[in-house]
Amino acid sequence: MTDFAKGMAQGLLSKIKDASSGKPMCFMEVCGTHTMSIFRSGIRKLLPREIRLVSGPGCPVCVTPVGEIDQMIELSLLPGVITATFGDMLRVPGSTYNLSEARARGAEIKVVYSPADALEIAENNPDKEVVFLGIGFETTAPSVAATILQAHRNKLKNFMVFPSHKLMPPALDVLLSDPEIDMDGLICPGHVSTIIGARAFEPVAEKFQMPCVVTGFEPLDILQGICMLAQQVSRGENMVENAYRRAVSWDGNRRARKIIETVFKPADARWRGLGTIAGSGLEIRKKFRQLDARRHFGTREKTVPEPKGCQCAQIIKGMALPSSCPMFSSACTPLTPVGPCMVSSEGTCAAYYKYGES
Amino acid sequence: MKVTAIEGDQDDILIPPVATVEARGVTSRIRLDIVDRMPRVGDYVIVHAGFAIHTLAPEDARKSMALLQEMAGQTNDNQPR
Repeated sequence: MTDFAKGMAQGLLSKIKDASSGKPMCFMEVCGTHTMSIFRSGIRKLLPREIRLVSGPGCPVCVTPVGEIDQMIELSLLPGVITATFGDMLRVPGSTYNLSEARARGAEIKVVYSPADALEIAENNPDKEVVFLGIGFETTAPSVAATILQAHRNKLKNFMVFPSHKLMPPALDVLLSDPEIDMDGLICPGHVSTIIGARAFEPVAEKFQMPCVVTGFEPLDILQGICMLAQQVSRGENMVENAYRRAVSWDGNRRARKIIETVFKPADARWRGLGTIAGSGLEIRKKFRQLDARRHFGTREKTVPEPKGCQCAQIIKGMALPSSCPMFSSACTPLTPVGPCMVSSEGTCAAYYKYGES
Repeated sequence: MKVTAIEGDQDDILIPPVATVEARGVTSRIRLDIVDRMPRVGDYVIVHAGFAIHTLAPEDARKSMALLQEMAGQTNDNQPR
C-alpha cells in the first residue's frame, strides 16, 4: 500500500471511529466479492470494536438450493448433453454427489468463463446438446440474455440455458422483514448496482429505515462505504448513497436491463436459507422457450433437505457465523465441503477458513 | 480493462461487437452488446463474464476520487502522480 493510500485508510478509520463514538453498529455486505475483499484486506481487524460486519446472501452459488443442484447434475448425466458452467459450480454438493463427481461418472462438463464460450461449444458440437448453467445475480443475467438472443437469431438448435438467476432487491426485502435480523446498514453490491442502478435500493432504505451505501471492491472503497454508513447512523438518516460513481450511476445500465427484459420475465425463485421469494428469479420468455433447458428436458426440482448439521442457511442470512457451525473446519473444509458456503470462492465459510477468522 | 481495439457495431443484431482489452499484460476479447456506453479505444471498461458492463467516464472517476479524499480528510496535494 502506498503512503498516499495508507493516509487515506487512516483518515477513513478515524472518521469511522468519530461517527460511531462507541455505539455498536452492525453492517451487512450482500456481495461475495465484497466478502472476499473485506477478509483479504483485513478490514475487520482494523475497524473499531463496536463496528461489526456480517455477510448476507451475496454469493450466487451459495443461495442455490440443493434441489436445483440435483437437477443440474441430473441433466449433465443425460446422453448427448454437454454441460457448460462457471467453475465454482463444480464442487457444490448435491444431495448425493456434485458435478465434478458426475464428470467422473461420464458426464461431459466444460468450465467456461463466459456464456458466450458455451455458445461457441454448441457451434463446434452440432451433434450434442449444450446446456449452460445460468447462475448469478443481475450482473450475470444480461450476458446470459445476450447469449440467448444471439443463439435465437442464429437459429442455433443445440444450445440451451438452465435459468437459475436471482434478483437482489426482492431477497433483501424478505431478509430485512425477518424480525430476527438486526442490522444498522447495508453495504450494497457494486456490480449488481452497475446494472440495476443505486436507485434500486431506495425502497429498501425507505421501508426498513435502512442506511444503504453502494461501494466498490478496493479496501479503500469499502472503508469509505462503512464510513458513510456510520455517519448516516450517527445522524439518524436512512438514505441510499453512491460511493462507487466510477462504475455505478443512479439509473444503472438501461441497455443491459432492456436485454434482460427482452429475454426473461420475473418469476418466483427458491433461495437456500430464505425459501421461495416472489419475483426474485428470472424465467425465459415463451418466445425463447426452445432455448430453455428446464422446458426442453421437462426437469422438475425436488424438495431436498439441507445436509444434516449444515448451517449454511443461517450463515447466508447473517444469523450465524461459520465458527458456530459444528462442522466448520472439521467435517467441512474447502477440500471436503459439506455446504455451498465452503465451496464457492465467494462463500462466507471459505473466507473464514482461508483467512483464519473464528 | 483498457480497450485497445473495437470490431463491429452495438446495433448490429447479427454480429455482436467485440473489443480487445488489456490489463496487466493480459489481452482478451470481450463482448460489447450490453455495455451502457460504447467505449472508444483508450477507454476503460468493467468486464463481467466476458461482457463489458460499464464504460468508465474519466469525470466519474475524478468525482469518486474527490469524494474519497474528502471523506479521508486528504487534499489533492497528497495524490501520487
